[in-house]
Amino acid sequence: MQELEIVASRRRLRLAMPRGGPLGGVVLALAILLLFNLVATPHFISLQTLYVNLTQVTTIVIVAVGMTMVIATGGIDLSVGSLMAIAGALAPLIFAGRLLGIGPGPFADVLAFFVPVLVAMAFGSFNGWLVARFRIQPIVATLVLFIAGRGIAQVMTNGNLQAFHNASFHALGLGRVLGVPIQVWLMAVVVGLAAWAIRRTLYGRQLLAIGGNEAAARLAGLPVARITILVYAVSGLLSGIAGLIVIAINSSSDANLVGLGMELDAIAAVAVGGTALTGGRASIIGTLLGALIIQLLRYTLLSHGVPDAAALVVKAAVILAAVYLQQVGRAP
Amino acid sequence: MTSAIDTISSGPRPRGNRHAALLQRQGVVLALVLLIVFGAVRYDDFLGLYNVMSVLRYNAMFALVALGMGFVIMTGGIDLSVGATAALASVVSAGLSDVGLGAGLAAGIAAGLGVGLVNGLAISRARLPAFVTTLATMLGARGLALLISGNQSVSVSWDTSFTDLGGGDFLGFPIPAWIAGVAFVLGSVLLNLTGFGRAVLAIGGNEEAARLMGLPVARVKLLVYVLTGGLAGLAGVILAAQFGAGQPTEGQGWELFAIAAVVVGGTLLTGGMGSVGFTLAGTLLLGLIFNILNFENGKGDFTLSAYWQSVIRGAFLLLVVLLQNRLARRPS
Amino acid sequence: MTDDILLSMSGIAKSFSGVAALKEASLTVARGEVLALIGQNGAGKSTLIKVLTGAVALDRGSIRFDGRPVAFRTPQEAQAGGIATIYQEINLVPLRSVAENIFLGREPRRWGLIDWRRMHAQAAALLAQFDVSIDVRQPLHRFNTATQQMVAIARALDQQARLVVMDEPTSSLDDREVAVLFGVIRQLKARGIGVIFVSHRLDELYAVCDRVTIMRDGMTVADQPMASIGKLELVAAMLGRSLEEVKRFGATAFDEDFAPRPHKVLEVAGLKSAPRVAGVDLDVRAGEIVGLAGLLGSGRTETARAIFGADRPQGGTIRVDGAAAGFRSSRDAIRAGIGFCSEDRKTEGIVPDMSVRDNLTLALLPQLTRRGVIDQARQREIVDRLIKRLGIRLASSEQKIRELSGGNQQKVLLARWLCLQPKLLILDEPTRGIDVAAKAEIQALIRELARDGLGVLMISSELEELTEGCHRVSVLRDGRSVAAFDHDAASEHAIMNAMAHGLAPTGEESRAGA
Repeated sequence: MQELEIVASRRRLRLAMPRGGPLGGVVLALAILLLFNLVATPHFISLQTLYVNLTQVTTIVIVAVGMTMVIATGGIDLSVGSLMAIAGALAPLIFAGRLLGIGPGPFADVLAFFVPVLVAMAFGSFNGWLVARFRIQPIVATLVLFIAGRGIAQVMTNGNLQAFHNASFHALGLGRVLGVPIQVWLMAVVVGLAAWAIRRTLYGRQLLAIGGNEAAARLAGLPVARITILVYAVSGLLSGIAGLIVIAINSSSDANLVGLGMELDAIAAVAVGGTALTGGRASIIGTLLGALIIQLLRYTLLSHGVPDAAALVVKAAVILAAVYLQQVGRAP
Repeated sequence: MTSAIDTISSGPRPRGNRHAALLQRQGVVLALVLLIVFGAVRYDDFLGLYNVMSVLRYNAMFALVALGMGFVIMTGGIDLSVGATAALASVVSAGLSDVGLGAGLAAGIAAGLGVGLVNGLAISRARLPAFVTTLATMLGARGLALLISGNQSVSVSWDTSFTDLGGGDFLGFPIPAWIAGVAFVLGSVLLNLTGFGRAVLAIGGNEEAARLMGLPVARVKLLVYVLTGGLAGLAGVILAAQFGAGQPTEGQGWELFAIAAVVVGGTLLTGGMGSVGFTLAGTLLLGLIFNILNFENGKGDFTLSAYWQSVIRGAFLLLVVLLQNRLARRPS
Repeated sequence: MTDDILLSMSGIAKSFSGVAALKEASLTVARGEVLALIGQNGAGKSTLIKVLTGAVALDRGSIRFDGRPVAFRTPQEAQAGGIATIYQEINLVPLRSVAENIFLGREPRRWGLIDWRRMHAQAAALLAQFDVSIDVRQPLHRFNTATQQMVAIARALDQQARLVVMDEPTSSLDDREVAVLFGVIRQLKARGIGVIFVSHRLDELYAVCDRVTIMRDGMTVADQPMASIGKLELVAAMLGRSLEEVKRFGATAFDEDFAPRPHKVLEVAGLKSAPRVAGVDLDVRAGEIVGLAGLLGSGRTETARAIFGADRPQGGTIRVDGAAAGFRSSRDAIRAGIGFCSEDRKTEGIVPDMSVRDNLTLALLPQLTRRGVIDQARQREIVDRLIKRLGIRLASSEQKIRELSGGNQQKVLLARWLCLQPKLLILDEPTRGIDVAAKAEIQALIRELARDGLGVLMISSELEELTEGCHRVSVLRDGRSVAAFDHDAASEHAIMNAMAHGLAPTGEESRAGA
């Protein structure tokens, strides 16, 4: 009897869910939020508002894109925040010439961008290697670097805040191209590339196949281990980029703070964006929208005088609701 | 016929040899003993009364959180909300500390039980994935803690005996250590000598079989999250009493350190196998690494910054996980 | 009905979303009787057992147990009512101790706390009744499957079970372990406990069962004392052939003359792969369809997996195109020109949430890729061509594969390999669970492919598919090759004879049970 009622209520809920695929609900939620703000929030339509919201969301989106791919393979990556800290700690050491012995200059700046990102990528591959080679559950495998990674960053900088003046990084943090902040361009490129890669590249199709049915993928001859390592490497690479953006915005690097709690923000964005945590599906655009919803929600609450803390509680409720709706929508 | 029985009764199959299994189970104790011996030999005051007492006092709250986490993990679940729950409880109990020790204690524990109840209901009744559920309640609990405290630490009352919960002694031992000690004894009895404890392990070992055997799976899962919330609440009370203030921003990352302690203590992350005593050993082991780093720096032969502790903890976790993986390939 | 009847199920019907799994199924077990329950896959035996144990609700029919009508709603209720089921996948908790597994949920207490000493003593005493003496404090997974089954049985008996259902209990036991299990079954019998024994190993049925109930197409088609039925009759009843029919019909000739080419694409000799494959020899020539026959559990699928590199064989040689092949993974096998359609479409075939297009090109994709980017035009062209050629019915190639019917899903999986232009295709039960029309299409397709030069190794449980659709049939029994027939000699009778007795045809039917 009770069962029947549950089934019936599920039906009703599913009917209530908007049509237009899995993204429908996310778009609807975002639209409602925008509409509310248009009506109720003064000065909402301004470039200022747009850029404030976008710059606050860029790093989350960039990291969440990598997280989406990891989750699509049925995994999770807890180490993203720590890898951001490592990249953030490395860059100032490099362009100041304290690490590679190459004095300040354009070449050092280039190195200061690429080396940290590649290092973060290498750490990401290490995560993937643990998962693929030893079949360690992703949550534990990446917990190792979650703990050790920030320590490595702190050890490198002795835990000191590294304040710096560097034109290239200044541009990355505050520069604009065509009036749009560089980091927003970067985010757009990352999102566009990732969405394209999921659809159009071998890598994208294979990672979805592995998350969707690993046994079938193996029997179809897919290089499961290689793809898994690559996916975690990409997540590491994107974390590295996000770490550099954070220090560029602040013009300083604090290994204790860069990327702190990022893993959770990224996972939340993925969950709200409609990518199932069980793997086999990846919606990059959904993740972007998910991150935007969380950000806009926070902005809305703040601009109406609701404290940041309450915004956290609302965020929690939104995540739970999103997962619950996914669950109901999926149930037979 | 007889010979066939002999082959059966010849006992354990050579699935990993027994010494290895023993090493895996007792390894944490062995490492703990070695670390203590190392410390005692190398540093004069390592086993001095002051150091022993402060290690016990400081690690009590981590031990409580790890104890709860151990139970959750044994069911095959996870609870990311414990750190934020402890912060919430510390704020609530500090706020009520002027009423008295009892009121502060009860309020803190009640706050923890409340978060645990939400987790438990969502996971056992609505069947949401534990990872996302507790991720959301982690944000929610943190938000509540910040809301209640107005983003500031909440001073405890020094007029009542509340602060004894953190700084007091009883029979020469720190009160927090007593609390943790009693909790571990009770936890051990609960796990080893009650049907509830056996059900916890059975559910983690094979949930479907546990259900077929007629065990009340949903109820046990609910209780486990409530218990874990309560213990995190208790840890929060001690936190407030120790620092003299409720700390809305404390407890970040506690959940992952607790997971590490549990895993180092030999509990399988997939559930079904675990020990309360070894979890305590795992907590102490991770805590002592920090303590020994302090001594090493005090000695002054060479300086290792405190930041090395996370690197070492991470490396340790990696070692343990790889060992677990090698020795205890889970029977499929 | 005498008092001796422990369980009687009659007129049982059950449909799943309109498809009848059971119609007019019946079964009786007397006290102290061991009943063999047999039938092919899909005959309805597992549904019947699920109905009995409350895992599935029946649509129609009645069940009487121990003199009373019963209708268990959950397995727990059935257990409490005295019916215990020992599943093939043992439903215990591997990491917990033997004693715990016996007493979980009913631990002996003392002052409210678990009395471990008493629990261990009782567990040991219980197992000692079966002459099993082991350290009951050890985790269950340290013991072999037979012992684990004893533990499950001990748990059942301690819960006062009066009927024990054993679902393929011997499928992963070796001979000596089987002997021990049989000892226990005889003890159950002696205590007046009824046993339902599901197995596909015919010899075992004769060794331990009193009576046999045979199911086919959701109905009970035979119910008689074990001693009164020969193995061949048993197999015939299971497959739905009368003995006369079997004897009368020889093999039909291939309607068109297409002959395999002399070139051998696959040669397998002495293949061993634990635990099921113990010595398999076979070969496949280009353009030839070779059937691989055998009862369930005879090692057919395991043979296929070992050839394909999905499992690592322990012995024997595999040659592909004349060259020794030691595939370390499916990738290697695919590179050598082999394709493999698993019998389990759902868990090993389709990627349910992906489109038909991506599922179809899953293995081909690397070849459609230039610098990592998929050439979508070529992909679409190939997919469209194969959809047309195989007659796959769908709305669009963008459709998710899980929305397709079983037959169309199977065609997509066939196409997944065909687009690689393999030399050898291994098909495991390619037409199982597929409707009649699609089945005929797939069979015709396989012939067409062979005519074009593809070598096919086809595992099938359907005699018609083997006798009419194959150039040669190789028969496995208990993991060994026991017979091989050319098309002309591959009569249903001969194949069944080899499956039942493990003998090559000598013309004379040897009486079973002898």
